[in-house]
Amino acid sequence: MNSPDRRATIPIANAGTQPKDPVFDVFTTKKDEVVGWARKFSLFPYPFVTACCGMEFMSVSSTIYDTDRFGAALPRFTPRQSDLMMVVGTITHKQAPVLKRIYEQMCEPKWVMAFGVCATSGGFYDNYAVVQGIDKLIPVDIYVPGCPPRPEMVIDAIMQLQDRIAREHHVILKGDF
Amino acid sequence: MNLPIANPVRSAIAPSREDDGRLVVNIGPSHPATHGTVQIITELDGEKVLRADVHCGYLHRGFEKECEAHTWHNLIPYVDRLNYCSALINDFAYCGAVETMMGIELTPRTRMLRTLLSEYSRIADHVTCIAAGLMELGAMTAFLYLMTLRDYIYEHLADLTGARVTYSYGRIGGLARDLPAGWLKRLEEVLDEYETYIGRIHGLVDRNRIFIDRMRRVGVLTPAQAIQYGCTGPILRSTGIARDIRKDTPYLAYADLDFEVPTGILGDNYDRYVVRMREMDESVHMIRQCVDLLPDGPINVDDPRCVLPEKTLVYREIESLINHFKLIIDGPRVPAGEVYYAQEGANGELGFYLVSTGDGQPWRVHCRAPSFVHMGATHLMLQGGQLADVVPTFGSVNMIGGECDR
Amino acid sequence: MRDGLVELLDSRLRSRTWLSHGMPVVEIDAARVSEVVRVLRDELGFDMLLDVTAVDWIGQRPRFEVVWHFFATRDCQRLRLKTRVPEDDPEVDSLVSWYGAAAFMERECHDMFGIRFRGNADLRPILLYEGFVGHPLRKDYDKHHEQPLVPYRDAVPAGRQGGQS
Repeated sequence: MNSPDRRATIPIANAGTQPKDPVFDVFTTKKDEVVGWARKFSLFPYPFVTACCGMEFMSVSSTIYDTDRFGAALPRFTPRQSDLMMVVGTITHKQAPVLKRIYEQMCEPKWVMAFGVCATSGGFYDNYAVVQGIDKLIPVDIYVPGCPPRPEMVIDAIMQLQDRIAREHHVILKGDF
Repeated sequence: MNLPIANPVRSAIAPSREDDGRLVVNIGPSHPATHGTVQIITELDGEKVLRADVHCGYLHRGFEKECEAHTWHNLIPYVDRLNYCSALINDFAYCGAVETMMGIELTPRTRMLRTLLSEYSRIADHVTCIAAGLMELGAMTAFLYLMTLRDYIYEHLADLTGARVTYSYGRIGGLARDLPAGWLKRLEEVLDEYETYIGRIHGLVDRNRIFIDRMRRVGVLTPAQAIQYGCTGPILRSTGIARDIRKDTPYLAYADLDFEVPTGILGDNYDRYVVRMREMDESVHMIRQCVDLLPDGPINVDDPRCVLPEKTLVYREIESLINHFKLIIDGPRVPAGEVYYAQEGANGELGFYLVSTGDGQPWRVHCRAPSFVHMGATHLMLQGGQLADVVPTFGSVNMIGGECDR
Repeated sequence: MRDGLVELLDSRLRSRTWLSHGMPVVEIDAARVSEVVRVLRDELGFDMLLDVTAVDWIGQRPRFEVVWHFFATRDCQRLRLKTRVPEDDPEVDSLVSWYGAAAFMERECHDMFGIRFRGNADLRPILLYEGFVGHPLRKDYDKHHEQPLVPYRDAVPAGRQGGQS
């Protein structure tokens, strides 16, 4: 990914290539905290809704359970503008190329939530038509079991994902930028 | 990386060339307005839709094949997930089909409870359809009001069945459990909330200039086309034909209830909206009648062929133990034969065609899904309209993926 | 049920008619489908086609049973029509020129069982996809036999590829 010669010519702070410097480390840690805070509270979901879990997705986005409190309610129905793909419902083999393509169209940083057991593992549809878990196709960050999951479980998942985003190391610019 | 992928099923519409004045636009299958699982390939002349090729099947989960591998009881959760907006109607339609084959007569309390819960589920389905349709037109407030109402219904049904969306509450010969204490009181409260919220929707939308302009004379289906293409339910009734299984060939307790069958006049989107709103009002009226008429008594028939014996007996008597064991492991033995049994689902005629060879597992389970048949008629409603009309028209058809693709 | 329907069907259609839980069932030979459906629609008022499906009687010959359900809107009468087609030539007349509803239903039947409908020019897959080999609802198709369109990735247990550590 990063070719050695390009790294040497780019004068941008790129953690891992700079010499260890305590002041610099404090700077990057603070930068990660700030960026993590901003990213976790401004998740733009792409609701890839297919099946029954969509009913609970509608409920969790609405007034009583309200994901807007977490900054995660405003859906962007184009993958170009979203960063959290919520795969809500069963993914069949016919739908799989579509899922893969939408995932590839999202820009970094991006996260994937497998909403419901069908997305997690195929659910109880153990047959020729259903992909037995979307992690066979795309990497998944958080799995929410349930058929369908209660809205509180989804909110718990979003909060756990937000914790993970807050703790992540956020590379703003990569060496091959 | 982003190479064009071949469509899983080839399109009936050839791709446009530069000089032929038409544009082929693909809508879906991952699209908020097509409820995530339908692809509509449209051929446009400017904004006008010349032809539409509807592709469904993106949620085909192998329901019928899966059913052949389970006992008659164990496949009830699969049946739930057909029309997941009104899951109880699917449960009762399937259980009713098996009960017809076994010659079982339900207890009076179950007949009335199933009727009540079918109408309750119908309200939830129509609320979802109208909420999604209005949101797609831009009326976000209406969506939030209706979702709040629907949440009250979901929590209330969770008190009864344990689940909010897919209940698995019907059993062959009766129901899973009886009403908990206080359930009917809460039902009255939810129906009052219904009046409040639906009153707001009427105020926001019914005579709204924008709503009327977007829905009136859009997505028109003539009565002849509706019959020709097998449309039933609100779509058929919106064209003016008053066919409703609950009224024509009553089942469960519908013969004892007093209700009207609302019909439309033009068969357009606005009529389908009005028919659904009026049907919900009729459902509330029916629920109130069911509460008044609800008899006491057992909810399961006393039939060891399909109803599990009481747990205290299972632990004490060998006959009950063996009966319980056989019902769970082998499944209830349904006499050899076949049946086609239809109920009025929220979208229309929901039919189950079951074939039995006398075993505890079905030989064939086929669901006649109204949404699937309506997808075959959708191109008629889209052709001749504008591209922007595709969204409200598709929303008014109320395609439910689980039912359409099974 | 409509009065005298069974007798009328027996005499008019020269077929075997019996009752299945209150619904008349007509069994005919596969060659007579078009003729019988014309009578049902034009003379007996069955103007709506509710359903087209099939049953796989593996081990019996002929193997497949094609089942149609009709509905008459004027008096709400339902009727089932059945015929058998053999495994080596599972072909039957299409009803798409009479009932528009037959288009999607016959595509599904073809997808699931491999039954061909003579006269239906559009038998593209509808529930399955191009390249799917076999017909899943046949009894000799293994329920678990998947035919993925997208190659599976190697499951990476923790973390993700690309960009984040």
